[in-house]
Amino acid sequence: MENRNEYRNVWVYAEQRQGAITPVVYELLGEGKKIAEKTGSELCAFLIGSNVASLAGELIEYGAEKVYLAESPLLEYYTTDGYAKVLSDAIKEYKPEIVLYGATHIGRDLAPRIAARVNTGLTADCTKLEVDPEDKKLMQTRPAFGGNLMATIVCPDHRPQMSTVRPGVMEKAARNSDNKGSVIQVDMQLEPADIRTEVIEIVKHKKDMVSLVDANFIVSGGKGLGCADGFAMLRQLAEVLGGTVGASRAAVDAGWIDHANQVGQTGTTVKPTIYFACGISGAIQHLAGMSESDIIIAINKNPMAPIFDIADYGIVGDVNEVVPMLIEAFTQYNGEKEFA
Amino acid sequence: MNILVCAKQVPNTNEVKIDPVKGTLIREGVESILNPDDANALEEALRLKDQYEDVKVTVLSMGPPQADDMLRECLAMGADEAVLVSDKAFGGADTWATSNTISAAIKKAGSFDIIFAGRQAIDGDTAQVGPQIAEKLGLPQITYVQSFELDGDTVTVQRQLENGYEVIRVKTPVLLTAVKELNQPRYMNVKGIYDAYKKEIPVWGIDDIPVEKEVVGLKASPTKVFRSFTPAPKGKGVMLEGPAREKVANLINNLQKQHII
Amino acid sequence: MFEKKHELLRKLVREFAVNEIAPYAKEIDQTGHYPEELAKKIIECKFHCVTIPEAYGGCGGDTRSNAIVTEEIARVCASSVSQIMPNSLSGTPLMLFGNEQQKQKYLRGMAEGTMIGSFGITEPGAGSDTASIVTTAEKDGDDYILNGRKCFITNGPVCDFITVFAKTDTKAKGVSGISAFIVEAAWEGFSRGKVEDKLGIRGSKTCDIVLENVRVPKENLLGREGQGFKICMATLDSGRITVASQGLGIAQGALDEAVKFTKERIQFGKPISRLQNTQFEIADMATKIQCGRLLVYDAALKKDSGKPYSQEAAMAKYYCGDLCNDVTYRALQLHGGYGFIKDYDIERMYRDARIVSIYEGTSEIQKVVISGHILGK
Repeated sequence: MENRNEYRNVWVYAEQRQGAITPVVYELLGEGKKIAEKTGSELCAFLIGSNVASLAGELIEYGAEKVYLAESPLLEYYTTDGYAKVLSDAIKEYKPEIVLYGATHIGRDLAPRIAARVNTGLTADCTKLEVDPEDKKLMQTRPAFGGNLMATIVCPDHRPQMSTVRPGVMEKAARNSDNKGSVIQVDMQLEPADIRTEVIEIVKHKKDMVSLVDANFIVSGGKGLGCADGFAMLRQLAEVLGGTVGASRAAVDAGWIDHANQVGQTGTTVKPTIYFACGISGAIQHLAGMSESDIIIAINKNPMAPIFDIADYGIVGDVNEVVPMLIEAFTQYNGEKEFA
Repeated sequence: MNILVCAKQVPNTNEVKIDPVKGTLIREGVESILNPDDANALEEALRLKDQYEDVKVTVLSMGPPQADDMLRECLAMGADEAVLVSDKAFGGADTWATSNTISAAIKKAGSFDIIFAGRQAIDGDTAQVGPQIAEKLGLPQITYVQSFELDGDTVTVQRQLENGYEVIRVKTPVLLTAVKELNQPRYMNVKGIYDAYKKEIPVWGIDDIPVEKEVVGLKASPTKVFRSFTPAPKGKGVMLEGPAREKVANLINNLQKQHII
Repeated sequence: MFEKKHELLRKLVREFAVNEIAPYAKEIDQTGHYPEELAKKIIECKFHCVTIPEAYGGCGGDTRSNAIVTEEIARVCASSVSQIMPNSLSGTPLMLFGNEQQKQKYLRGMAEGTMIGSFGITEPGAGSDTASIVTTAEKDGDDYILNGRKCFITNGPVCDFITVFAKTDTKAKGVSGISAFIVEAAWEGFSRGKVEDKLGIRGSKTCDIVLENVRVPKENLLGREGQGFKICMATLDSGRITVASQGLGIAQGALDEAVKFTKERIQFGKPISRLQNTQFEIADMATKIQCGRLLVYDAALKKDSGKPYSQEAAMAKYYCGDLCNDVTYRALQLHGGYGFIKDYDIERMYRDARIVSIYEGTSEIQKVVISGHILGK
């Protein structure tokens, strides 16, 4: 490896889609700031797109001291070829010490391609980042084997050190309109022929629910619901609470609910104020995605279900009996609160 | 048309347990399976074989000698050939080193119009090896593929996003990684199983593939495991007692007391 | 006892049975209707033609393979075993005694899933006493004219053809005048009785087959005239391993249910699996099941190795018939009241088990066979 000391600064890949910063970027800026302070370096954001210069100010307000801006009409939509070329060329030129990406469907497409091109290590889906107090190397902790094991990964001899970071885990940076920073235009050599894929269309689901990541209250259902209809009941409870519906992998696999609702290792990681686990036994994969919730309330007819080991409140009983009672109780509670 | 499918044998993580004393994985008695996303990758390749004449599907895997079992399974589902890339020298590799090995093995295996891989393997969940193979073979990649169409040499896919999907078009050759939504993998069939055991599965070691020894295995891996540990369990919660209605009332009381609601 | 291919086969069938068959087991039992989609999927996996030679579109598999498939299917749904009958009663007579044309037509038809076959020996007056069948086949030019009534015919209500055993020589004593014919359901004079309302394996359809002056061309004589009893016995010898596998599967399924239930069911403040009675029952059941398994696969291996297996097959059939009745009884007992209601699978398994010690040779007939081998006839 060439001189490691040539590499400086913490970069955050400022993922944007159709001109909007992806929320995980704010979390990366929050975490990146702490790392930059501990390593005595600057926090920089790397912004790629077409007509996205206006987002640079926002990144600065969220703590970026420098924003590298790579703009071209060829970069209007995310393409692996286009974005990977721009970012790897910049990494080779500017030599950041650390590069953080959100572990989104885009981050997880882009980062490995870049790691292969610049010949460095990449740690996927990190849930914790620390700096070794002695040699300042990045300690990247991630779940493995379906969350059964946590592993701390280091990249001792290659630079930059790169991680994708699981959305919803790190604390968001605070926004401060007094923050100052500079914008650096990145010189690019990008030809249309460099981009071999063509984005024809981007289709968004017309689902207008609170997203799992943002919800304060999540009512999740598992195999114990017995059938797809059980989710109607959970939706009702979620509505009363102003929350949203989640599901275990078993319920998704059974075809009772869309994969988008899946909480857990292969689904979304959530940390709501209250997480209701209704008829969810608590397979380790599921726990991996929700054990950080503030309060976990488990309802299951099997008192030995592992979900009770991590629940703050456990109710042994039939979900089909208990959930309607909860709906009733919370509806009543909401009513009383209004008149209080 | 030549299609390659990258597959991995993984422990069924539903069954993986941790030794509470040593904090290590208990692999004994844990079933090994074909990685679920890889089954979707194989299924899509087999559908092309069903649809067009002259499609040859080769499955390639890097792993220990026991991965032969998993490759037989792929043959029994309908793959034409399988190759096992196996050598102690490849062991302990991270994704960078793994993709060096696999991309070299693919070069030896021939030239392919489409390479299908699973999005990620359930033991590591990194989703990195697919894109890194594509990079090392100089191929375009599309990850998270949830629907696939082929027209001549043009591939049109839906690439899954968190809140929808994008429609992407690309010319072959290309590497695609499959998600579960892409298809429902077929079962093996009895005849397929018998035939699978009549076939030879070549095993390629480090001297059989065009790769430098310095870029494979544990030593060449840029990332190292610094330590591993089991996640700390939370403190024991409260089991609510009494008839269901009382439990619910107690719950609301407690939540109020804790200022949760 | 097993090769790699057998292990992979078991993995396939188990996965298939759990994911595809088990969800329908209750419905199949309650409605007596077998979902077409499921029947199709069974055919796609070729479970129905494991033992049919490749030359006739089958898999060319061995007896152990068939036992594995039968065991794993019966483990979740005993009725479903009727879907794979070409491996035993409906296929064996053709495989052993059919000529090339007969095999190409009927074996291939079953292997390709376009034909369902049946096996007709039993009559209202001839059960264990095979020799007393009264169905007749009278020679008429190049044809035979068949008359008679066959009962308890598995797949009778849906079959496209049936192997019928009839007397070509009414004067011959005992079993020597019996011949076997392949009779197509579409032929004039062929009719079916009402579907039987059974205690168990209710998803396996059973009825009488009535033959009234059915004209059967001589090409459809199976084997030679007078060979019927030999064909019948050879088929039943081999079929015993299948039925034993079915009993084994039912017993294993019942044990699975008992294990699951006793871990969930709390009494006296703990799961009943922590009570010694439960533990001893589970140990007993598991041990007996292992005995049954060894008997089944020993007989199958002997057959696959070309060794005599008639005695072993009879032992396996006899033992597993008792085994599944015993294990389902005890597993149901561990369920307490819940075992008596249809919400729990054990109730169905208990009923399904009952047939195993009866059909394709009662336990008593098996004892006759076994003792005959030991004592001489």
